[in-house]
Amino acid sequence: MSGNDVVVTGMGATTPLGGDVASTWGGLLAGRSGARKLDYEWVERLNLPVTFAAPLAVEPTEVLPRVEARRLDRSEQVALVAAHQAWEDAKLEGEVDPDRLAVIVGTGIGGVSTLVNQNDLLEKHGMRKVSPLTVPMLMPNGPAAHVGLAFKARAGVHAPVSACASGAEAIGWAWRMIRAGEADVVVAGGAEAAIVAITMAGFAQARTMSTRNDDPARASRPWDMARDGFVLGEGAGIIVLERAEHAAARGVRVYARLAGVGTSSDAYHITAPDPEAGGQARAIAAAVRTSGIDPADIGHVNAHATSTPVGDVPETMAVRKSVGDHPILTAPKGSLGHLLGASGAVESIATVMSLYEGVIPPTANLENLDPGVTLDVVSGEPRKVQLTAAINDSFGFGGHNVALAFAAV
Amino acid sequence: MANEEIEKELAAIVEEIAGVAAADVTPEKSFVDDLDIDSLSMVEIAVQAEDKFGVKIPDDELANLKTVGDAVNYISGKQAK
Repeated sequence: MSGNDVVVTGMGATTPLGGDVASTWGGLLAGRSGARKLDYEWVERLNLPVTFAAPLAVEPTEVLPRVEARRLDRSEQVALVAAHQAWEDAKLEGEVDPDRLAVIVGTGIGGVSTLVNQNDLLEKHGMRKVSPLTVPMLMPNGPAAHVGLAFKARAGVHAPVSACASGAEAIGWAWRMIRAGEADVVVAGGAEAAIVAITMAGFAQARTMSTRNDDPARASRPWDMARDGFVLGEGAGIIVLERAEHAAARGVRVYARLAGVGTSSDAYHITAPDPEAGGQARAIAAAVRTSGIDPADIGHVNAHATSTPVGDVPETMAVRKSVGDHPILTAPKGSLGHLLGASGAVESIATVMSLYEGVIPPTANLENLDPGVTLDVVSGEPRKVQLTAAINDSFGFGGHNVALAFAAV
Repeated sequence: MANEEIEKELAAIVEEIAGVAAADVTPEKSFVDDLDIDSLSMVEIAVQAEDKFGVKIPDDELANLKTVGDAVNYISGKQAK
């Protein structure tokens, strides 16, 4: 490893499977589903065609101090919960010069619950009842800004917004910042909390969500023949990326190396993935190329596969084109649901854990593999396998493609 | 409402919004310098105080209420009218 390499020294998460990395990882290995029927009153009142989702396992208000929590949108709350875990995991307190510390936290949608709730207050009770915190709570850079404030980061605070690729893109930009010499440590990831009526209705109208209302736990089933759409999830994943020399100097545990990053755009359609998966293949190929890793050594791809009829199979074609027929695949959204702007970050954590522990979690609910998929996909039980390198894919509405190449250390 | 009562109710509002212990919200304390309350929280406190005490606190008046005692006196003055 050379001094300017970028390594992962801390991780934090709060997801539908658990309130931290250990419980989330345990849920993934067990093939457990985080989806359940929603008990919000609006689900029945508005007669939504989808009545379930994958909400957080642990409410952030149980973790954060009350006064802090009431000044934050839920998307900011989850970002802070995960960021504090990652910060402690990396033992960073007092260990980094604030001028050399940056934060990059993306979100797909931002503070939509604040926007809706404050608009309701305005319409029903007038101007006076609107919170003066409305704008800082709904702005999509809010999660990044609050994490930056929490750790006094002064090398820059950024918030990439690229729908479901936001979290991965944040991690990619963190790699670039460190490689460019702009920071020694970057706290990076994604946060999302958009299980609200308007978002559910909008996705439902786009016909992108599963309507398996009678069996939520089995609704998210990437690559399965009976898949009928994604399951909306919420949560956050944050990782600490650090210049290898900086990490070595303070003797902290290193989980993995972020070896390469690839981004591309489809220029095809605002929501539909390119059926030829050319953009996805270019992103993955760029991640491999920038990593300097022999494609033969990339043994695993933690896929974006969201359980939609149109999206899952082309990704496997992109992997074949850009890496080959040998990577072993898994799709964590079978368990997690789709965490939108947080998905790439939470799933990067899963990818790092697979490298670190030598085990790939199963794709939950995968019973009858789509015959369009010719690669080896883990289902049923987790698979033990020693890995040298692995890729995490994330793609977003708008045609954003991000691939991150992690390597074992 | 007696000043002591206004002070007690106001302290409860400040605790709810800003997390400052009600016991620390005493007349001589400055909202900004002593209690570390920012301008956004001051707006929230003013709106809740208006509802609680049935008075109006216009922005130009709010700017003059530097201490807890200033606010208590302003509220009791308006209530007396």
